Amino acid sequence: MRIAVIGAGPAGVRAVETLVAAGHRPVWIDEAREGGGRIYQRPPQSLRRDARMLYGFEARKAEGVHATFERLAPVVDWRPETLVWHIRPQARRLSTQHQGRTQATVDYDAAILCTGAMDRVVPVPGWTLPGVTTMGAAQIALKTQGCSIGARVAFVGTGPLLYLVAYQYAKAGVTVAAVVDTTPFATKFAAAPGLLRGGATFVKGIYYIGWLRAHGVRVVEGATPVAINGTTDVQGLRWRGSDGREDLVACDAVGMGWGLKPEAQLADLAGVPFRFEPLQHSWIPECDTSGRTPVEGHYLAGDGAAIGGADVAELAGARAALALLQDAGQSVDAVRVAALDRALAGQQRFRIALERAFPYPAALAASVADETLLCRCEGLTAGELRAAAREDHDVGPAPEMNRAKAFTRVGMGRCQGRVCGPAAAEVLAASLGRDVASIGRLRGQSPVKPMPMLVPEATP
Amino acid sequence: MKLQRVRDANRPGIALTLDGAEIAAQQGDTLLTALLAGGAGSLRRSEFGDGDRAGFCLMGACQDCWVSVAGVGRVRACATQASQGMKVTRG
Amino acid sequence: MSETCDALVLGGGGAGCSAALHLAKRGLRVILLERGLVGGQASGVNYGGVRQQGRHAAELPIARRSREMWGRMREIAGTDAEFTVTTHLKLARNAEEEAELVAYLDIARDYGLSLRMVGSNSIHLEYPWLSNSVVAGSLSPEDGSANPRLLAPALAHAARAAGAVICEGTRIVELSYAGGMFLLRAEDGREFQAPLLLNVAGFWGGAVAEAFGEKAPVAPMSPNMMVTEPLPYFITPNIGVVGGNVYLRQIPRGNVIIGGGHGESDPSKPWSRALPEVSLQTQAHAVALVPELAGAHVIRSWSGIDGVTPDHLPVIGPSRTTPGLFHAFGFSGAGFQLGPAIGAIMTELMVDHATDVPLDAFRIDRFQTAAGDTP
Repeated sequence: MRIAVIGAGPAGVRAVETLVAAGHRPVWIDEAREGGGRIYQRPPQSLRRDARMLYGFEARKAEGVHATFERLAPVVDWRPETLVWHIRPQARRLSTQHQGRTQATVDYDAAILCTGAMDRVVPVPGWTLPGVTTMGAAQIALKTQGCSIGARVAFVGTGPLLYLVAYQYAKAGVTVAAVVDTTPFATKFAAAPGLLRGGATFVKGIYYIGWLRAHGVRVVEGATPVAINGTTDVQGLRWRGSDGREDLVACDAVGMGWGLKPEAQLADLAGVPFRFEPLQHSWIPECDTSGRTPVEGHYLAGDGAAIGGADVAELAGARAALALLQDAGQSVDAVRVAALDRALAGQQRFRIALERAFPYPAALAASVADETLLCRCEGLTAGELRAAAREDHDVGPAPEMNRAKAFTRVGMGRCQGRVCGPAAAEVLAASLGRDVASIGRLRGQSPVKPMPMLVPEATP
Repeated sequence: MKLQRVRDANRPGIALTLDGAEIAAQQGDTLLTALLAGGAGSLRRSEFGDGDRAGFCLMGACQDCWVSVAGVGRVRACATQASQGMKVTRG
Repeated sequence: MSETCDALVLGGGGAGCSAALHLAKRGLRVILLERGLVGGQASGVNYGGVRQQGRHAAELPIARRSREMWGRMREIAGTDAEFTVTTHLKLARNAEEEAELVAYLDIARDYGLSLRMVGSNSIHLEYPWLSNSVVAGSLSPEDGSANPRLLAPALAHAARAAGAVICEGTRIVELSYAGGMFLLRAEDGREFQAPLLLNVAGFWGGAVAEAFGEKAPVAPMSPNMMVTEPLPYFITPNIGVVGGNVYLRQIPRGNVIIGGGHGESDPSKPWSRALPEVSLQTQAHAVALVPELAGAHVIRSWSGIDGVTPDHLPVIGPSRTTPGLFHAFGFSGAGFQLGPAIGAIMTELMVDHATDVPLDAFRIDRFQTAAGDTP
């Protein structure tokens, strides 16, 4: 049986581990040079240091994932630095490109897609300036390159990552100018009983916030970002407090992020239906609790299926592999399946509380100012998208996202709407006076990422 | 954008160029780190007149850190290792 | 329960939306029925070529008329749909292909389309970015390109303003004719009645004709399309080649739109997509023609569903079985430029019972053999 696993983060590692234990030798593909995914991304050899320093409380888990990856890579068909740019679910064929050069196809009988996540952002005036990055980017710079995104950094957004990254920066000696959380304290407080289910995870969150405050870092809750000041680089972050007063800190870099969103382009191309998940306020590919999708032979695990974090990803990776084995008629350890299901269900309850504690600020996204750049690839402003929703639009109003894309080019550029998609949907829905779940989502189109045209000789 | 080296900042040096200007970097740097810690300020310019860009996600998703490397072609700076003698051009 | 009007238009492509506009302007009460959104298939996802050069002689009178309308598109539809006269340059890569270009000059001249041969010396002077594989070209100064995503919605928007009713998301599942009236029933139970029915249903037009007892063999065809990231603007003409294995154009924003070969589709869904192997092959053809494209990034690919006939000519004209039924479908991948004129011409046929444009080559019964069957 030919099995393909795409992604070598925590979900992919545990999926492959389970498959190898059952006697399979899957094709294992990742864009990175080695395993770990984004959460446990490793620095290059010359920067490699103590795991405790790099991954903090998660050091043991990171080491576990890395060690398992090291053990598995030599015994499977490991293909690093390889982009899967197209998937044909009926033909069960992947199109891949290695190092931006070599084309290859991979035929499979079953595939597990562990494609991870990226930051979800809300456009703020000035957000395309050099010096503004996602929260994830700020963390990766520090973790894998020993660099901060600036000398004096402000963070804006919401979610556990906001406090974690601010804490990591401050611990590394970087001046954290401010932590601006768009969620009011009361919202988090109301979710606290549910968060307690998270046990250690919750305690760590409280610890980071307390540590930041104790070390004199300015933490603002319930704020609305107004602008990132600067013309060629970042000069400051402006926001409006919950009392309505505007405030400003000087900084030379801003990290921003409002939780994560699945990188689900391959699931989309594989024909997996999507549904709007109200709690995550996000379109996610459909699969059952064991990772089975409605498309036979195709499984999902980890943040690429629904945002759950690294611990869930490890569990879900193993569970999806077991589902695949079960569907292939192999006997699996029922006790292990039950234990994984229980653990996943427990995590799910914590997740619900977390989403309630740090909701996506849909109203903020919907109210992005007309002149603010919305689609950074196509240079499109929020006002231009709003115009396409009006009755007097010259080709008629766009009733849904893909029509808006066709009319305005929103989400049509290099990133294919990965970055602007969620905010663009809020802007369009609000302009149409409709619920965001009713206006569809940007459809995925091959190639999954930009692909260079090769000189004829190099094309097989 | 100026990346600040806050840890392990004393690795062996490598030299590369950006649009002909010398950039001092360190072994283990990604191209993005090498350029933005080395004073490049930006990596590309938006085609549509809205200014310079210097990457955004650092995980290969936003597509806003593409640069050209002589003899290699276009690469995402965030996902490419810098090496001695690389000749880089913006965009 | 059922809505009655003067004319039903079945299909919301460029031709259908133009017909709805023209019929409404003639004072008819028109309802256009579209399964998805207007311009969702071949009309909306094609290459965007507004090209007369290279067309079959029979199509040239329609193409000429349509070109005149493209020049007035802002007046007709309220937007020019990014129509730009870029010229169209058709390239020959060997002597045989060059001879084909030369032979076409006479055909074009007969229909008032002026073309200019660009010989092997001047072609590389005028277009220095073309590879040495090109030996000659034929330039059509009047041709150009437009944004296919805008045309059908713009025409539908104008049709609405003129009084037509545009019903999107309306899938017709039953068609009948009795007592001089067509009765169409939608999936959701709505019914539509009129004494006139225009079949502009693209690939699905074959099935509509068959519902009224006439056969026209139409197969699904999905153009394999892709687009690059924005590059400095240097490819000014719309480019084609003899044989047609690649065609490409650059828009002033910088993106290069490249087509060639066919993707995969399932008209029952409907669903279509570019095929990776075809995309790679077409990229190779494009780079072979314009070497500077090597290394440029393809950022998106797509396809749609058009109907292709055995002779690659559309079916245009009145039904041979049912009075009041008119056909215009099966444009075989070349309908985008013709759409605006088709709407005008069909309106003349349906309202005035005559048009100046010769349509004999497109009659629906041309596929019937002596025995009365389709071959």
